[in-house]
Amino acid sequence: MCSLALFPAPLACGQTTLCESNNELLSGTATDHRLKQSTHINYSVVLYFPRESLKLHCRTESSSKAAFLDHSETLWMRSAAAWRDGGLTGLLNEITNSNTEVPKWLSVSSGFTLALLRWFSSFHGSLFPHLTMSSENMLAEFSQVLNWSDCVVRAFAWHPHADKFAVALLDDSIKIYNPKSATTPTLKHRLQRSVAAVQWKPMCASALAVACQNCLLVWHVDPCSLSTRPSSGCAQVLSNPGHSPVTSIAWSPSGSLLVSASPMDTAMMVWDVASESCVPLQRVGGGGVTFLSWSPDSSHVLASTPSALFRVWETRTWTCERWPCVKGRCQSGCWSPDGSRLLFTVQGEMVIYVLTFGDTPGPQAAAVVADLSETTFNTADGDIIVGGEIHSLSWDPTGERLAVLLEGDPQAADRPAIIAVFKTRTNPIFELLPCGFVQGEPGAEPRMMQFHPNFQHGALLTVCWSSGRITHVPFYFLGAGVPHFGLSGSPSLPRPQERPADFANQSLFTELISLLLFFFTAFFFYITNNATLPPTVRSRSLKLLSNSKPTDF
Amino acid sequence: MFSTEQSCWFIRKVVCWRAVASIAWAVLLLLPITAVFVILSRFSLLHPIQTFSECLSFLTCASAIFSLILMCGVIIMVGFLNLEYYTVIPTIACSKIALLGQLLHPRQFVNSLAHCIMGIIVAWCCAVTLGGRYETIGYPCTQGDGTDSSPQMCLNEYHLILLLAGAFVGFSHSLLAVISNINYVSFHTVQQYKYLRFKGSLPFVVKCSAAQALYSVRNYIVVYFFLGYIPKAWICKTLNLHLNSSVHPLDSIAGLLDLSLLYHQWISASFLLFTWNITLLLFRIFVTEVYSFPVQSSFTEDAHQCLPKVLTDKQPMILKFLALQDVALLSQHSPSRRCEVFSLSQPGGHPHNWNAISKECLSLLADLTQRLVAYHDTVATNGRAKSLSTGSERKTSSETSFTSATEDLMSPRPTLLLRTPASVFARFVVGTPHSPLTAPFTPDLDSPFASPALRRLTAPLDQCSPWFGTVQSPHIMRRAPKLWSTSTDSQVNGSPPASPASVPSPKQEPFKPSRLALFLRNRKEQLPEASSQALFADSQAHIWALEGLSYLVQASFSEDQFGVIQTTLPSILGCMLILQEAVDRHFKLPHASSKPVRSASGMGDSTYKTLRFALRATLKTAIYRITTTFGNHLNAVQMSAEHRKRLQQFLEYKE
Repeated sequence: MCSLALFPAPLACGQTTLCESNNELLSGTATDHRLKQSTHINYSVVLYFPRESLKLHCRTESSSKAAFLDHSETLWMRSAAAWRDGGLTGLLNEITNSNTEVPKWLSVSSGFTLALLRWFSSFHGSLFPHLTMSSENMLAEFSQVLNWSDCVVRAFAWHPHADKFAVALLDDSIKIYNPKSATTPTLKHRLQRSVAAVQWKPMCASALAVACQNCLLVWHVDPCSLSTRPSSGCAQVLSNPGHSPVTSIAWSPSGSLLVSASPMDTAMMVWDVASESCVPLQRVGGGGVTFLSWSPDSSHVLASTPSALFRVWETRTWTCERWPCVKGRCQSGCWSPDGSRLLFTVQGEMVIYVLTFGDTPGPQAAAVVADLSETTFNTADGDIIVGGEIHSLSWDPTGERLAVLLEGDPQAADRPAIIAVFKTRTNPIFELLPCGFVQGEPGAEPRMMQFHPNFQHGALLTVCWSSGRITHVPFYFLGAGVPHFGLSGSPSLPRPQERPADFANQSLFTELISLLLFFFTAFFFYITNNATLPPTVRSRSLKLLSNSKPTDF
Repeated sequence: MFSTEQSCWFIRKVVCWRAVASIAWAVLLLLPITAVFVILSRFSLLHPIQTFSECLSFLTCASAIFSLILMCGVIIMVGFLNLEYYTVIPTIACSKIALLGQLLHPRQFVNSLAHCIMGIIVAWCCAVTLGGRYETIGYPCTQGDGTDSSPQMCLNEYHLILLLAGAFVGFSHSLLAVISNINYVSFHTVQQYKYLRFKGSLPFVVKCSAAQALYSVRNYIVVYFFLGYIPKAWICKTLNLHLNSSVHPLDSIAGLLDLSLLYHQWISASFLLFTWNITLLLFRIFVTEVYSFPVQSSFTEDAHQCLPKVLTDKQPMILKFLALQDVALLSQHSPSRRCEVFSLSQPGGHPHNWNAISKECLSLLADLTQRLVAYHDTVATNGRAKSLSTGSERKTSSETSFTSATEDLMSPRPTLLLRTPASVFARFVVGTPHSPLTAPFTPDLDSPFASPALRRLTAPLDQCSPWFGTVQSPHIMRRAPKLWSTSTDSQVNGSPPASPASVPSPKQEPFKPSRLALFLRNRKEQLPEASSQALFADSQAHIWALEGLSYLVQASFSEDQFGVIQTTLPSILGCMLILQEAVDRHFKLPHASSKPVRSASGMGDSTYKTLRFALRATLKTAIYRITTTFGNHLNAVQMSAEHRKRLQQFLEYKE
């Protein structure tokens, strides 16, 4: 079992993690960060969304009532409005409040009914405490983004096949970046509020599913279109009464179905997006569904609930296994690329569990594979405590690196949120090996991370920081399980000629490999660099960034 | 005249048993439903314990058991009607006239009559169950105010109103069934166990039965208020009953505003609709259950039950649909069965299984492409003097390449497969190339009640329908039957499309279109979206064919040991790309891409309304599945330059 004590110490202040090469995480200062990154094709775009540049909603829609003069309506009008806005409770509230106009027995009886309803809902709420939360708090609580409500970048998604990604921002807009295209479409919709998750549809170039506060949106963004503001007619609205807020969505890897989850709804929805129909899969235990993850071989779906219980659905006949946890709810989970292993974390515990699925009817118990309890490191800047509860997990598509986002403590300065990266090994037994910590600029905490789905030279971790910056950290390695076709599979080293001293320190084996690879990759990289990347790409994308302020409308 | 022996085995051994199982479950469920109904109908808030004891004592008495047996008979009848009328391809009326024709059809008349009678029976059972003032139709009374009048039987109007309510609800249910295509059985994308599916849709059935009962009762009250005296007088006359003048008549405002009467009517109607809807739901769940066909069999006598043979069968439709569903599922979920598909025959080494499956799927897709192209041309040439019979000149380059690509796959047999609904009795009419989707006034020839002689009589009626008789203007002649009707049958049939202008008509002298003709024409063009829906009515089969092919091709990348897929890969890609082009063109037509209004109420399944969107999405996903799996290896596949260009778009994720 791996623990944090085996990790190399975190970097000193001012140093940022650049990449992994030759089994070692390389670091640099913040200034040469972008310079180094820019050497790599396509991933040169370091996006930066300063908080000041976003035009935020100053007040919510319901509070706009205060701006208008109060004028008296008849009781019937008010009751009708209350019924429309607030349903039964709204109507009862209205009748109880206007006790001067209605007969006494009516106001008393409605007050009594209201009290009964409240008592019942509080009873229900005591069974499932999350039901009493507001929908914003609920999204923040169950989101895979650390400190979601305060985060500039609220959701991020790489396209599973093409080289583009979508970023959902604090101002409820979504931007789509494509290094090969000059346009950056901005998606805005009336219903697109409090985006909790975005995901691209697999086996499709254009469809992007967005989990919003009240509904699901599926955008169809034509990749060839030059429009920067696709109209809201390009979005399909999928909604079901009672199924909001949506905290998690997952496309099936075959691209045919979409599942969505809401902590308020005990049913998990399986959507046939094209026909806008859904099949609810209802299981009452747990009181809702918070997080979904579809295994890459599309045979299982992990569905965690707000209670100490999660389910693993089997997708052929849609039956589920119940997995009660001891301490808290399942916070996050991820599947191995072949779908045979599920790693998950439980709130209140500092370990990573593994479940193995195979030909046998199913696993009996989860095993602990890593212990991330708090460990003190002595660095030049003083002691740093790393460890604690785990917020999210991410496994790269080759199955070689596992990134773990540790929550830290926002109050204590010496316990920052940090990303720990493990190497994973499946033979002879499954185990996690330490790789290192990924750190950003001073003061920036990681909020969310995702691996690039098809990075050629290893794995590429994209991290969104609390400062509003999005950076990419490549891990260069030779995948063991992935077949390599020709030279394109070999790892390319980032500017190896700049760091000859590093190579001298390596062992003989690594040296041989590096020397061989050096010649091959330097040559190949030179060709690909020159062939595929016009020199203007970088400057163009930077220019775009400066233009990307939200438009006034 | 059974079509083939092979289709018989499936109906006999599978579909019938599934129907029987669903009816059995519905009958078993009748007891708890009745118990709930009894409790709800007799419930009194002030005496809950007394209510329960009363209900218990009622449920054990003889009349309750007799009415329960009657109800069982009704359920069995409903189940039989479900089996009789169900279809996997919806009948879509392209105009209001066509819908009217469906409603006035003799077959529909028989159906409505049966529902009326069953409604009366159920209502009688309800009346017995409710007891009290509802129990009997007559009661002894003393007519007149004097004491000298002799005792006689008077009409109990409460009993009558309940019976008539049952008849009305049954009748309106059967009419609504036609409008909302309630006999259409759709297949689910999510394969759940039967129990879970039933449990999942039970709340919906309760809700929709209660709502439908409410609307029916409202309508019924209005009807009874105005026309109630007719049946009352008739019953009195036939049964020699008297009207008690001392009792307030019910067809007045005061009589109908009796809350307890309204509640009892509503709950009886809900009970009636709920039992019927449950039977329908169970039937749908049972009949659409996945059936796993063997891919190959070691015994020759079982060969006709194997997947390659079953797929090519034209009838019954349910068999073909289940076989295609099985192909789609095996290609996704079971490596061992995929392995059988990729295997070679033992002596000879031919990939017979794969050939049969791919050929059938491709011919289905080619059929759809052809239909779309024909439809598009019909709409595009609408109103212009361009004859449709010159088929060669309207062939685009892509179409030529398409024919070359799929020529070897298109068998000489007529490709019209999916037209006749798959009723058990529909096998009588297998050769008839008539489509129930098209002409408004032609009787539905698939009706089990239509005799062969009638069918022979009605066959040419298609052209001598009232519409053809009245409208003789060549302009309208060319236009109207083409625009919003699915008149592509003749083309799909393999014969060259005949120009409607050349239809030999008994009266050729031109005269101005009459007002009736204009009226009819306007009515005919009223449901523009329906023609697009009708075009894709059977697209569930195409969706499965696309899924099956694409998943098999994807799996072949690692599982196909002998390379059997490689030989068909160019034609699969070509077929899909042409279909993609045709679908894209179709969606550029007006109304084709407009979303239907979502109507969640009612038991009618509206899946068919969105099948074209599902097909478009599945098609794109299928092509992407192949391109992502094979990547740049596809450059080695032989195909035309145009297709290569198109495929390159997919390879670059720009489609």
